[in-house]
Amino acid sequence: MTGGGGAGSPGQVEGSACEHCLRRGMLIGLLAARIADELGSARRNPSAVLALDDERLVAALAGADKRHEAQRFLATFEAAEAEARVLAAGATAVCRHSIFYPTRLLQLPDPPAVLFTKGQVERGFATLARGSAVALVGSRQASPYALDMARELGHGLAAAGITVVSGLALGVDASSHVGALEASGFPVAVLGAGPDVVYPRANVRLHERIEAKGLLISELPPGQRPFRWSFPARNRIMAGLCEATIVVEAAEGSGSLITTDFAQDLGRVVGAVPGPGGWARARGSNALLRSGAAVITRTEDVLDELSGIGVRRKVHDEEDDEGSPAEGGGSEHAVLDALTSGGGVDAACQATGLGAAEVRALLARMEDSGCLHRDVLGGYARGSP
Amino acid sequence: MGPRAGGGPDPGHAATRRQLDLAEVRGQPDAKRALEIAAAGGHNLLMVGPPGAGKTMLARRMPGILPPPSFSEALDITRVHSVAGLGGGALATERPFRSPHHTISPQGLVGGGARPRPGEVTLAHRGVLFLDELPEFSRPALEALRQPLEDGRVDIVRGQQSVSFPARAVLVAACNPCPCGKAASACRCGELDRARYQRRLSGPLLDRIDMVCQVSAPPAAQLVDGRNPAAESSSGVRRRVIAARAAQAARLEGQTAACNGEMDTATARRHVRVGKGSRRRLIRSLESGALSGRGHDRVLRLARTIADLGGRERVVEADLDEALGYRLVSPELVAV
Repeated sequence: MTGGGGAGSPGQVEGSACEHCLRRGMLIGLLAARIADELGSARRNPSAVLALDDERLVAALAGADKRHEAQRFLATFEAAEAEARVLAAGATAVCRHSIFYPTRLLQLPDPPAVLFTKGQVERGFATLARGSAVALVGSRQASPYALDMARELGHGLAAAGITVVSGLALGVDASSHVGALEASGFPVAVLGAGPDVVYPRANVRLHERIEAKGLLISELPPGQRPFRWSFPARNRIMAGLCEATIVVEAAEGSGSLITTDFAQDLGRVVGAVPGPGGWARARGSNALLRSGAAVITRTEDVLDELSGIGVRRKVHDEEDDEGSPAEGGGSEHAVLDALTSGGGVDAACQATGLGAAEVRALLARMEDSGCLHRDVLGGYARGSP
Repeated sequence: MGPRAGGGPDPGHAATRRQLDLAEVRGQPDAKRALEIAAAGGHNLLMVGPPGAGKTMLARRMPGILPPPSFSEALDITRVHSVAGLGGGALATERPFRSPHHTISPQGLVGGGARPRPGEVTLAHRGVLFLDELPEFSRPALEALRQPLEDGRVDIVRGQQSVSFPARAVLVAACNPCPCGKAASACRCGELDRARYQRRLSGPLLDRIDMVCQVSAPPAAQLVDGRNPAAESSSGVRRRVIAARAAQAARLEGQTAACNGEMDTATARRHVRVGKGSRRRLIRSLESGALSGRGHDRVLRLARTIADLGGRERVVEADLDEALGYRLVSPELVAV
């Protein structure tokens, strides 16, 4: 099966998608809206549909009018033309017959025929082939605690040389990518839209940064908008790419749990960051822990899961300490602890035994040194905004 | 129309009520300290905390820690209230505390009507205007409040004639930390909901607010136990406030401003001298964008009041630090 562009030679990713696979990838793009209609309430798991071969897919999905169009598309497909379209979007298509295609992904029952990618494509696939990759997932509407944890894990894993994979959504996803970028890691984002489509718009800067420093991957061709089904489909790719999937925070029925379902089916490691008991928005992740997922409270916990306890350690520990509170008595630590456990200034007063005036002054100094920041309403959180 | 007509009992008129004492409020060290500073310098305060934490309770105790009105202030208050038909004509002995509901119209808040009548901000003249649930007030109402708070008076123009009402009040506002207002453990508001809620506040009124403090729900055990350890009474706080105001009055003699909160930029820069270390700190904050030009003036005025409360003629670095701790950060889009 090596028509059209043919599999590329090593070091040359351009055009490493064969005609058949490229046609399949484009067909998915063509039928994306129909898939959405067809899946209806079953949109949580599009695998059954995506596993069909081209002809059956067309037969199953397209109504009379669309079937005609789809069949004409299959019959008249021109690989060169499709390649030109992909190239024009600045993207690269890599099919499952290419030597670049991540082998871990092939273990999926329905691996995407083609990955449309943007960014540091060559380095990206080399990194995914060689090294460990961990998916950090969680809710878009995440708590400040979860955002902190996502960023810390993203940072720590990237510093330990592990590729951090996430979905470039708001909340946990974005924080995970930011953490990885801060550690000068190689961020990989798997998208629910075409690789050149920024979704959601709020992530436009992050999208650009990942394209510059990492890899954007999608099953949908360039220009394709996201559909509800394309997010669970994206989740199966994340689970497939990674040795472990860590849920940072998820409510019941959260999309992140779809990712862990896929990971579990593949026999990969599933972990979760414990959330406070009784928190509705951590109920999904806490339920995972109850059913036996690994308890993740820091980067080392993930490393232990991947390579055995204590085998690997974070490499850039010194760097982590840089942003820590300035020296000076331990009151800072008590204040930080009080704030991170959800208390306010009053809790910090109680914890340190200092008066409100002293605590306010101390908070301002800590903010100045960058270990705290504040929202519009004066609420404090760790780190810089 | 906001003000109630006629001479019936009016819940907003403090003289008819028992004096409320700060000692009755458990815990809340941060909010109490902030109230004291706000009273001492006439600074506008925003209290942020979950429902039931005691924001209204604290705000109601503000008049009790402000200095008692001077004779001429008492006349001012009485005059305004008799125009509005409140107070029964007796000379006011207490500063007013007004807390209009958030459904109030712009006219109700700042005054107006065919025969111009004073609004809530005028009825709060020389006292406290409390806006609970600040984000729930209509935008036009908050916009209307902006100028009176800046100038200390309201000008109402009606055809040929214009009327001017005094409106020099300390603004105390309150809101929830997030839209749902639930405790942290039950809250499911996301980043975006919170950002949206905070943005709603940002424009019109936040730049009239000088300081923000937190009000936390007191631990249940503290509520059940009758004890209220070491809570200071209003009269003790009031003594410090009076001393701080006296220091300001002496410093600002001959100026239009009567207290630190009323100083304009030039006055503030002339009268608030900071040390070398503090100066460096301010420059750094300005350069990094953590502090805006307006925020800088506000921090200076606040630091001056904190030093006045401490009986210091010079503003020391700790005063500045504390002032910076209460400042508002400018709202921005969610950072990713």
